Amino acid sequence: MAISLKISKNIQSFLLEIGELTYFAKRFFKEAFTRPFEFKELLRQCFNMGNRSLLLVGVTGFILGLVFTLQSRPTLMEFGAASWMPSMVSISIVREIGPVIIALICAGKISSGIGAELGSMRVTEQIDAMEVSGTNPFKYLVVTRIMAATLMLPLLIIFGDAIALVGSALIENLKGDVSFLLYFNKVIEALKFSDVIPATTKSFLFGFAIGLVGCFKGYNCKKGTVGVGEASNSAVVYASMLLFIIDFIAVFISDIFFEI
Amino acid sequence: MKTTKNIKPVLKIKDLKKSFGDNHVLNGFSMELFEGENLVIMGKSGSGKSVMIKCLVGLMQPDSGFIEIEGRNLTDLKQQELNILRTEIGFLFQGSALYDSMTVRENLEFPLRKQKINAIDLENLVVETLDSVGLKSAIDLMPEELSGGMKRRVALARALILKPKIIIYDEPTTGLDPITAKEIIELMKDIQLKYRTSSLIITHDIDCARVISNRMILLIDGINYAEGTFNELLANKDKKIQAFFK
Repeated sequence: MAISLKISKNIQSFLLEIGELTYFAKRFFKEAFTRPFEFKELLRQCFNMGNRSLLLVGVTGFILGLVFTLQSRPTLMEFGAASWMPSMVSISIVREIGPVIIALICAGKISSGIGAELGSMRVTEQIDAMEVSGTNPFKYLVVTRIMAATLMLPLLIIFGDAIALVGSALIENLKGDVSFLLYFNKVIEALKFSDVIPATTKSFLFGFAIGLVGCFKGYNCKKGTVGVGEASNSAVVYASMLLFIIDFIAVFISDIFFEI
Repeated sequence: MKTTKNIKPVLKIKDLKKSFGDNHVLNGFSMELFEGENLVIMGKSGSGKSVMIKCLVGLMQPDSGFIEIEGRNLTDLKQQELNILRTEIGFLFQGSALYDSMTVRENLEFPLRKQKINAIDLENLVVETLDSVGLKSAIDLMPEELSGGMKRRVALARALILKPKIIIYDEPTTGLDPITAKEIIELMKDIQLKYRTSSLIITHDIDCARVISNRMILLIDGINYAEGTFNELLANKDKKIQAFFK
């Protein structure tokens, strides 16, 4: 009885949270397209999120390309299909692995960062201070961060994909004697718009989800400093979960329109 | 007691009620703040002082009651009108609430962002306001580089930069050593003289209340339990009132 009561309470709070997140997203769209716009803060956030994630995304992408090629090579060699390596790696990375892995890395870095920053601003009354000074903190803090994440994530994913392909080309060059020029020619031959467009579209959605969840958790942070930790932690968990849901829906829709 | 009959109230609260579930924090609290006076509100922890001042600046919605600031009914205002009204109220938060990611200069410039002020005038205003709290030299420091007393001064400068008519102080001396607390109290008095503001001060600090108050209100059981000057309340024999002065 007690267990079923607890489960029903958990389900209730989960559904309540989804409702609140939806309301938060609705408020974002309402505030994002009404004046005054906070361009300066938006640019600052774009710089912070983009620039400060470059190294992490670059290193992750490079290792991803290296490892993926190293692991796939023996199997392709066994079937005498080593020449397919650039096509296989580029399609896998651009379509799926690159966007998902880099979005997960960014969920860990950006979403938790936003959650912790806004959470600590909430518990130290900085958000209240903004509000009483006549500034709309939602517009200044939330709208700018969600927009920055939405705009920056596709760029980070493109950058990460490119670095991953460089890593893959390096292994092919070292192990298979394939020149960089030949490798990238094959990559460009293999990639179609139907690979790039859905991946880029979903990367905007990934960015939106990362920004939205981080801001939602941080902005509604309670329970003092413990709440800041919780906000940061749950921002990563929720954002990661949401990324997979978005990915599933995006792949499903792409399949209808582009016949993958 | 200083007569207030001919002075108009800048702030009026009537029958303010606020509950959190079964916890009735404010049970019909009423008060008036008159032009140029320092009104101290004292109450035990959890008595609803902070809730009351949050209702005053629209950070919290009361369940019922009437709040009038500068002749404008707070509940009738649209968000944009409320934002304009808020620029006439300075608020000093208990923990100073300085923006961590900004320098002292940027903290002071923040409330002025949407106003059309040229760079030279802005610089002069920031320097002048910081000077009035004795912290001109800290202009390019980050909040983390400031002591507790300095943070409180910068927060006060930020509250003053829009030249508000009313300043609300939430526990201005809490967490400060006695010497710094005394300096802050003196600063509050100087500011009141220089800027001719009306001040609403929430405090537990009996010394602060004695030095700065023209009038005091004791908030007990969610209502305005007693009102008068420091000495009048001190002389009152009611046990609940006497508990504050022990």
